[in-house]
Amino acid sequence: MIYNRETETLPRNDLAQLQIERLQTTLNRVYRNVAFYRETFDRQRVDIEKIKSSDDLQRLPFTTKDDLRRSYPYGMFAVPLRDIVRLHASSGTTGQPIVVGYTRNDLNHWSEVVARTLFAAGVTEHDVVQIAFQYSLFTGGLGFHYGAERIGASVIPASSHTNATEQVMIMRDYKTSVLVTMPSHALALAEARDQLHLHPEALQLKIGIFGAEPWNEETRRHIEERLHITAYDAYGLTEIIGPGIAGECAQRTGLHINEDHFIAEVINPQTLAPAPAGETGELVFTTLTKEGFPLIRYRTGDRASLDPAPCACGRTLARMSRVSGRTDDLLIIRGVKLFPTQLQEIARTLGGIAPQMRVVLSRVNEEETLEIQVAFADDFGGLDEVRHVEQMRRNFAQRVENAIGITPKIVFLESATLHQSCGAKNLRVVDLRKG
Amino acid sequence: MLRIRNLQAGYGKLRVLRGVSLHVKEGEIVTLIGANGAGKTTLLHAITGLVAARGGEIQFGGTDLTRLAAYRIVGQGCALVPEGRQMFAVMTVDENLRLGAYSRQSRDSAGVEATLAQVYRLFPVLRERRKQYAGTLSGGEQRMVAIGRALMANPRLIMLDEPSMGLAPLVVKEIFRTITGLRATGVTILLVEQNAKAALSIADRGYVMETGTIFMEGAARDLLNNNDVQRAYLGKDYKSIGERNLPGNETQR
Repeated sequence: MIYNRETETLPRNDLAQLQIERLQTTLNRVYRNVAFYRETFDRQRVDIEKIKSSDDLQRLPFTTKDDLRRSYPYGMFAVPLRDIVRLHASSGTTGQPIVVGYTRNDLNHWSEVVARTLFAAGVTEHDVVQIAFQYSLFTGGLGFHYGAERIGASVIPASSHTNATEQVMIMRDYKTSVLVTMPSHALALAEARDQLHLHPEALQLKIGIFGAEPWNEETRRHIEERLHITAYDAYGLTEIIGPGIAGECAQRTGLHINEDHFIAEVINPQTLAPAPAGETGELVFTTLTKEGFPLIRYRTGDRASLDPAPCACGRTLARMSRVSGRTDDLLIIRGVKLFPTQLQEIARTLGGIAPQMRVVLSRVNEEETLEIQVAFADDFGGLDEVRHVEQMRRNFAQRVENAIGITPKIVFLESATLHQSCGAKNLRVVDLRKG
Repeated sequence: MLRIRNLQAGYGKLRVLRGVSLHVKEGEIVTLIGANGAGKTTLLHAITGLVAARGGEIQFGGTDLTRLAAYRIVGQGCALVPEGRQMFAVMTVDENLRLGAYSRQSRDSAGVEATLAQVYRLFPVLRERRKQYAGTLSGGEQRMVAIGRALMANPRLIMLDEPSMGLAPLVVKEIFRTITGLRATGVTILLVEQNAKAALSIADRGYVMETGTIFMEGAARDLLNNNDVQRAYLGKDYKSIGERNLPGNETQR
């Protein structure tokens, strides 16, 4: 099903015209309204009048996460705050979060692109859509909410604060037909349903749209078997817009990128040179219609490849592969993004803990867990008292929870034991969730 | 139907258009808005060959217009209604209209008569005044003659340069109603206007031009929503992101 047939099946030639028009207006606006871009373009002697097709994008500098952090909170906004009607922020990565703003038109476009993603997965106005993403600064909840409303579906803003049992009760009683959440959360809900001794067929679920964390075909099969649904992958990123950047159609052979709103590139993260079609590299996006928070060549850190070939579904929009991982050491656990260095920083400020750390991610009963293994510093004097150790464990866990919203399991090891499993490295991340 | 990419044009040393890209699809009303001096008229003159393009492409129905002389461009089905009341005051309405068919006169006199009848259907008031000298008409009626004259070339695309200029609000309303009516006859319309609100309210899409470049584009409804468009139209500008007393943000950018 195609929500906006005219646009989603636009001949590539017409799409190229639309893209260059929008790219040029975006460049004119960021050069005038965003000090960062004006200074960067001037310093690097970039003449935006020379950008005559989307191939010329390569002449433009990249925008990085660090650039956005430095601009906290409003430095990258291209319109005055009185024109901003919504603020969101990226989930807590190191230190400074990234604040993004939407104008009324941005929200309108956002609803449209999310509606395309949902409609492509078969969601219609007859569906009851349960959105189990967090409704907060995080874009997942409200982003999908507006898109589902645009289609005219009945939307349940279940959010993720609701516990799994309640989610399942809502699902059963409200006759939910579409579940929108993270793949790991979908599995946790399946588990909760089993504990309630509900048969999958006791629910009306038929479609699942999942995103916000990397997953794979095996997890897809697993979710589909457990929930008796067809599962679709959706891709989004707060900095660019949130959900709605790309989503799978019924073919499920890649995610169609809404290229009338975003230009996608894939680059080699080392050389920064463009990667040939089909080759995996770092995804880079340029926004074409964003008014509040336009970005030029934003490096996402997500690894994927592009396929410009037309799709059997009739869409002419290029497809991206599933995100296969990160170009940096960012971890995504239950949809929350964190860098392990954040955990090291917390340990350091806590005191009494040796610098070496082992981080273990695993899945227990369909729920993702975070375990932090550390050793006491040689000069830590509280070892003789059990309550000191317990106090330390609680403090550490609390600080991590405050920072990222996930309560870790803290395990104290002998430094020799820790050294054995970490080797010479101060930080080792073990991800047992895969496969 | 019309597809312009990276168009550059100017007069002598003066660069007016600095890489303009826009398109008009068949059956659309597209408006180009912007303040005086933004380059709107120059763009229309470049399309119609009155000003030479210095770079870029103008494709009209697959033909590259940058290589054609002005009179050949009219023959392609691309007509311009110029700004102001440029008509022959001492000629009758009927004579003025017939001049518009100059490019097809000799070959197709039956067709010309049919088009004339169509123009009179579109503007009944002109039929009433067809023997009157054009100079004796009201401002609004003169605009109608100008539009009618362009229609006489039987264009596929009609480009109107500031049709509302100098007219009373009620007359402007009527002219814009006529433009909407034009679309129903199958003509595609590119409407250049300073009266952003009126133009956007009848257009499908719009482009906002400033100093020879396009600053915004989008659905007409979206542009009406955009505060920048409203500010540009009102001639106001805001310098700072935190302009409304954002605490702790006194920096002027």
